[in-house]
Amino acid sequence: MQSGRLLKYIAIRLLQAVPVIFGVIVLCFLLLQLAPGDLATVLAGESGGASEAYIAELQKRYGLDKPVLVQLGYYIKNIMMFDLGFSFRYSANISDLLAERMLATLLLMGSTLVLSLGLGVLAGLLASLWVGTWKDHVISIVAIIAYATPLFWVGLMLILAFSIKFDWFPTSGMEDVVQFYEGWDRVVDIARHLVLPAITLSLFYLALYARLMRATMLEQRGLDYVTTARAKGLNERQITVRHVLRNALLPFVTMAGVQIGGLLGGSVVVESVFAWPGIGQLAFEALFSRDYNLLLGIFLISAILVVIINLVVDVIYVLLDPRIRVGS
Amino acid sequence: MKTFWQRFLTNPRVVCGLIWLGLVTILAIFAPLLAPSDPFAIVAEPFKAPFSEYVFGTDSLGRDMWAGLVHGARTSLLIALIATVSAVAFGTMIGGIAGYYGGFIDDILMRMTEFFQTIPSFIFAIVLVAILTPSATSIIVAIAIVSWPPVARIVRGEVLSVKGREFVQAAIVAGQSDSGILLKQVLPNTLSPLIVTGSLLVATAILVESSLSFLGLGAPNLMSWGFMVGSGRSFLRDAWWLVAIPGVAILLTVLSINLVGEGLNDALNPRLRDL
Repeated sequence: MQSGRLLKYIAIRLLQAVPVIFGVIVLCFLLLQLAPGDLATVLAGESGGASEAYIAELQKRYGLDKPVLVQLGYYIKNIMMFDLGFSFRYSANISDLLAERMLATLLLMGSTLVLSLGLGVLAGLLASLWVGTWKDHVISIVAIIAYATPLFWVGLMLILAFSIKFDWFPTSGMEDVVQFYEGWDRVVDIARHLVLPAITLSLFYLALYARLMRATMLEQRGLDYVTTARAKGLNERQITVRHVLRNALLPFVTMAGVQIGGLLGGSVVVESVFAWPGIGQLAFEALFSRDYNLLLGIFLISAILVVIINLVVDVIYVLLDPRIRVGS
Repeated sequence: MKTFWQRFLTNPRVVCGLIWLGLVTILAIFAPLLAPSDPFAIVAEPFKAPFSEYVFGTDSLGRDMWAGLVHGARTSLLIALIATVSAVAFGTMIGGIAGYYGGFIDDILMRMTEFFQTIPSFIFAIVLVAILTPSATSIIVAIAIVSWPPVARIVRGEVLSVKGREFVQAAIVAGQSDSGILLKQVLPNTLSPLIVTGSLLVATAILVESSLSFLGLGAPNLMSWGFMVGSGRSFLRDAWWLVAIPGVAILLTVLSINLVGEGLNDALNPRLRDL
C-alpha cells in the first residue's frame, strides 16, 4: 500500500478515536456526579481529611459553584492538561501514580498476551490436526474448563499448589525488595514473581484462542485455495504450514486488540490476588479507601489505553493483510 | 432428520450440564429449608474441617459453609438471571430499533453500542458498583450495562436480514404498526440466536458477580460464593477448603451453563456442529 494512503487511514482512525475518548471523559464526569457526598469532598478523596482551604481551592479549580455544563468544561480542561486530581491516601498526583504503576500492569498484560497467544494457537492447531480423536477431546475439555474458571480462584489455587505446598514461586509482589538485586539477578527475580500471575491471567484467553484457532483451521481447510494447493501436489503438512496457518492467524491480530479491555479488567483481580503493584492493585486499594476520583482516573486511563491499542492493531492488520485496500 | 430436542438431549455434555444446574437450582430455591439458619450466623467454633458435624466445615468466624453455599447459589443465580434478562431486553430494544429504522437512528445507536463495547467492561462495572454503593440492585445494573452490546448487535443483524423478506413486507402492506411488526413478525425470528447468547451471558454474569463480591463489592446482606472465597483467602495455608469449595461451585455452575449454551447452539444450528 502507498504510504500516503496509509497515513490518511491512520489520520481517519485517530479522528474516530476522539469522540470515544471524549465520551469516556463525559461518562467519568457523570459518574463523579453520582458519587455519594458533594463533589468537592469526592474530589478531595478521603472525606473529612481535607482542610477547608483545600476544598475552597478545589471549588475554584473545578468551578463547582458554576452550572453543571460549565463544570464539565472545567473537568475536560483539567484532564486535557493531564491533571486528574490528587490522591490524599498516597499524597501524590493521580496522573503520577498511574504513570508509576502502569509499567507493572503492561508487563503483566504483555506476558499474558504472549503466553496465551503462543500456547493457545499451538493447542488449537494441534486439536485441528487431531480432529475427532481423543487428543482433540482432551484439549477441548481442558479449554472449556479453563474458560469457566474464575480468575481469582485459579490464582489462589496456584498459590496453594506452587507457593505453599512446593515453594517454587513467591506468593506475592513483583520483586524481593529487601534483596537489592541488580541487573540480571533482578530480571530473574521479577520473572519468578511474574510466572503465577501471568499463568492465571492467561488461562481464560489461552482457552479462547485454542477454540478460535481450531474452528478457524477447520473452516479454512474446506476452502478453494486449499483444494488448489492439494491439486498442486503439496502434502498436508506443507498445506497447513504454508497456506492455512497464515490465513488462520490473521483474525488473532484483531482478537488480541479486542481482548485488551478484558485483560485490564482481569488484571484488577489478578493483581489484587498476587499483590502485583500495577494499576489493578491500585484500583483495589482505591475501592477500600473510597477514593472515587482515583478509581475514575484508572477507568479513564484504561479506556484510553484500549482505544490506542485498538488503533495500533488496526494499522498492523492493514499492513499484514494485502487484501485490505484502504479507502475502498 | 432429528428434532431439536433429540439433538439437544442426546448430547452428553448437555446432560451433565443440566444435571448440575438442576441440582444448584433446587438448592437455590429450597435454601431456607435446607439451611434454615442465617448464613452469616456463627454456629460453631471456626475452622472445623469438612465432613465433621458440618458437611463442608465452618469458616474463619465459625459460620456454616453449607449454609453459605446454598444461600450463595441463590444470590448468584438470581443476580445473574435478572441482570441477563435486563441486558437482553435492553439490547433487543436498541438492536431492534436500529435495524428496523436504519439510517440516522441506526448510526447513532450503533455508535453508542460500539462505545459501550470499547470501554473496559469489568473496570466499568467496578466503578459503577463502587459509586452506586454495593447492593443487589447496583450489581444487577452494572452487569446489565456492560452486557447488552453484543445482544444489540446480534438483534440488529437478524432484523436487517429478515426485514426484506416477504412476510415482513406483507405486514407492512397490510398496514400493521411499526411496533406490531417489530414485536410480532421480526423479533420472533431472532429468538434462537438470542437464547444462545442469553445463556452464555448468564455464565459471564455469574463470573462478574463473583469477582465483584470477591473484591469486596458484593451486596453486604447477601451471602455469595465470591465473598466466601474472598473471606477465606487469608487462611489459604491452613484451611484451603474455605477457598476451594466455593470456587468449585462457581466453576461447575459456569461450566454447566456454557455446556448447555453450546448444546443449544449445536441443536439449533446443526450444520455448524463440526466447527
